[in-house]
Amino acid sequence: MYKKIEIFVKNNRQSLSASQLKWESFFKGLLKVMSILLLILVTGVLITLIVQSLPSIKALGIGYLWGKVWDPVQNIYGAYPFLIGTLLTSFVALIISIPFSYAIAIYLGEYNTSGWLSNLLKNTVELIAAVPSIIYGFWGLFVLVPLVRTFEMKFHIAPYGIGIFTASLILAVMIIPYAASLGTTLVRMVPSSLKEGAFALGATRYEVIRSVVLPYTRSGLFAGILLSLGRALGETMAVTMLIGNTSAVPTSLFAPGNTMASVIANEFTEADHTVYLSALIELGLVLFLVTVVINLIGKRIITRFTNN
Amino acid sequence: MKLIKSLKIAVVAAAVATGSIMSASAQDNTLLGAGSTFIYPLFSKIFADYAKTGVKVNYQSIGSGGGILQLTNKTVDFGDSDAPLNEEQAKKIGVPVLHIPMASGAVVITYNIPGVSSALKLNGKIIADIYLGKVTTWNAAEIKADNKGVNLPDLPIVVVHRSDGSGTSFIFTDYLTKVNGEWEKRVGRATAVNWPVGLGGKGSEGVAGLVKQTPGAIGYVELAYAKQNHMPYAFVQNKAGKFIEPTLASTTASSNVELPADSKVSLTNTANASGYPITSFTWAIIYKEQNYNGRSKERATQLVKLLWYNIHEGQKECAPLNYGSLSKSAVKVAEKILKEATYNGKAIL
Amino acid sequence: MNARLGIRNTKSIIFKVIIFILAFLITIPLIVILLYIVKQGIGQVNWHFLTHVPAPVGETGGGISNALVGSIIIVAMSSVIAIPIGILAGIYLSENSSTKLAYYTGLCVDILQGVPSIVVGIVVYFWVVKPLGTFSAISGSIALAIMMLPIVIRATEETLKLLPPSLKEAALALGVPYHRVMLKVIIPCGFSGILSGIMLSIARIVGETAPLLFTAFGSPFLSYSITKPIQSLPLLIFNYATSPYDEWHNLAWGASFILLLFVLILNITTKLITRRWKVQL
Repeated sequence: MYKKIEIFVKNNRQSLSASQLKWESFFKGLLKVMSILLLILVTGVLITLIVQSLPSIKALGIGYLWGKVWDPVQNIYGAYPFLIGTLLTSFVALIISIPFSYAIAIYLGEYNTSGWLSNLLKNTVELIAAVPSIIYGFWGLFVLVPLVRTFEMKFHIAPYGIGIFTASLILAVMIIPYAASLGTTLVRMVPSSLKEGAFALGATRYEVIRSVVLPYTRSGLFAGILLSLGRALGETMAVTMLIGNTSAVPTSLFAPGNTMASVIANEFTEADHTVYLSALIELGLVLFLVTVVINLIGKRIITRFTNN
Repeated sequence: MKLIKSLKIAVVAAAVATGSIMSASAQDNTLLGAGSTFIYPLFSKIFADYAKTGVKVNYQSIGSGGGILQLTNKTVDFGDSDAPLNEEQAKKIGVPVLHIPMASGAVVITYNIPGVSSALKLNGKIIADIYLGKVTTWNAAEIKADNKGVNLPDLPIVVVHRSDGSGTSFIFTDYLTKVNGEWEKRVGRATAVNWPVGLGGKGSEGVAGLVKQTPGAIGYVELAYAKQNHMPYAFVQNKAGKFIEPTLASTTASSNVELPADSKVSLTNTANASGYPITSFTWAIIYKEQNYNGRSKERATQLVKLLWYNIHEGQKECAPLNYGSLSKSAVKVAEKILKEATYNGKAIL
Repeated sequence: MNARLGIRNTKSIIFKVIIFILAFLITIPLIVILLYIVKQGIGQVNWHFLTHVPAPVGETGGGISNALVGSIIIVAMSSVIAIPIGILAGIYLSENSSTKLAYYTGLCVDILQGVPSIVVGIVVYFWVVKPLGTFSAISGSIALAIMMLPIVIRATEETLKLLPPSLKEAALALGVPYHRVMLKVIIPCGFSGILSGIMLSIARIVGETAPLLFTAFGSPFLSYSITKPIQSLPLLIFNYATSPYDEWHNLAWGASFILLLFVLILNITTKLITRRWKVQL
């Protein structure tokens, strides 16, 4: 029976003309070329970043990473204020967003997996991710900033309005969808047998979630946090408009600061010394490496989780 | 499927066709400029008028530092800066450039103090101390001393400076360096300095925006920006001890100096008794030898003609926007410099 | 025993309420932002707004035609670059998922997906802007195309993996050459999934600002040239929002409204397509 199919296929394949076979191999080669193109692209990005950072690496050495001074006049550059700014905004945003992301994941994954209300929430979350960041920044500048300013004046803090806190707030809203949608998928993947076993033992819904669902999805939810973090670290426009653009280590949560991405956006086109431009690109290199590592770790955890 | 494929091909063909047609035609009649935000309101008006001649000018106000960089990278036809090229910038460009003065302008100290609508009187030392972070509230003794009768509230001063490389910053820090020894030692003068305190705004637009929206804020912008946005500005004490209001007259008074042949001069802290102490020229910068990167003679001529227009007919736009126009002798110096522009060694004008 | 059960049940109910509240709290920022943009922007949009360039500083009237045309041109060119490469790479990944090349390519796609957009802008500046000697629409398109690629590739790969293998094998058995099998049988079958990926990637890049800061650069003029600087909607919003001029703020609100409308329409259309064809992305 299989022999017959084999012969059938062989005869039909043999009937292909030489030019058709040539097109076939051309096409297969083209597919390979496109994939290699991607490899070249990513390698190219890394190489360009490294090569353009070299003047700064040579001039400033490793001390660049903890240098606290960013002084274009005297050509002293230190990335520390921006590392702090980036980490501070990202982690504050993460902390603010986690309760909401988890709540959405649990709601959509456990309590209400289908139906109009569930779809409404799911669509809302996806739309939040779809809104361009420039619009978040623009809206934040005109609505969030005055609100924060009034808040600051009430508590006798300098009424900047813009600063680390405001930037973190808008960032939190923007990154909720990433952990939320991943979390939803994971929570739904919890085997019903585990949950039903717990219910059979008399557990309440809350107890099932707390002692079965959450531990089971722990590593996956952690991956979701990593993905949200990766997004937060690289976010540029909304943060640039709301963070205050001050190249000093922020003195408090409500002080202005700068992130690696925002200082690049602000000063790239005006960097007039070679070392200045190179220092900015070195920031880009650091940003690239950090976000790539975090994203890859997150993705690895997810594949391992979904394959188990 | 066929539809999609043919659509794709159509789009590609259309893009290529349009691209080549339009780039061929648009190639030689749009000049690119970048640089100072200081001069932007004036340029914006002049170039809008100049477009009637058929030559369009695309000027991006990315800051003086940015303008010089783009000129060095040869991605623009001309740059504009409120500070002449420093040594390292000149070295990086490597070949001679021409600085052509365009106009002079005043950098004003603008502020947003709820309840205070009259003009404050400030002197240079106090301004520097505010920007050093040493004077932190509006009702500080030093400020009150010069402003008796003004109801200064107990409000923290929110310092605003430029976050990008700026000639306006250069003018401002140049002045502060001259009037405050501590500023000279700690910060110095440049287009981008290590600001001790304060928020950064991008461009004069950013600074004006921040000051306008933040109670207690103080910032420095061109007179044109403050006027356009109905923002209050201070009378600053000049070298002669008088508190001078930044106006067209006081700007012109301080820029009424003898220009050296290369036109590079600093006007801050002027000795002129009725001059406003924070003023400066702004210069358009072009390559002396215009045949680089395969530029056509036509393009070089258009550029030089544009700048010639700026120093002659364009000057009438200065006064309404409160920029000081070039004095007759300044125009002569500018003409001479512009005539040094060459194409393949031969003078263009 | 009953009291204990009662407490546990109460805890469970309280937990459900908390979760419900926290989960739906997210709708508030979305509604607030959408309403605000609509309110501020819708009044700006009229025929004049869509067909004129911005007026010089201090003058009223003027519009965003240069940004609209610019965005359309840049997005069109990015799509032309990214869609063929993305689909072909996606085909390779789904067909040869066990090879080493596929593994490393998949890794690269993951890396690209995580690269901050500002870094892409830096790199394209050195690859295209500096050699060309000018900012240009094409450099902006290349930067945005790089950002489109991961989405298109993953969508193609996932969609094709979901198709039954018998489809391909039957076509091959009939003697159809490999390239025709892929292009005329497989791709059309996975069309909706791939189309969704394309539309999502377009929705993503049409609002991107950072990569365009040092590539397309922006322009106050209407331009159709691909080798000159060009304006785009997000660039205009960024520049005008941070200005102190009220007229420019108005333009920025109008532009934000148009941008938001476009992005929402794309996203909703994508959802309708996937729902209708029941392809899971």
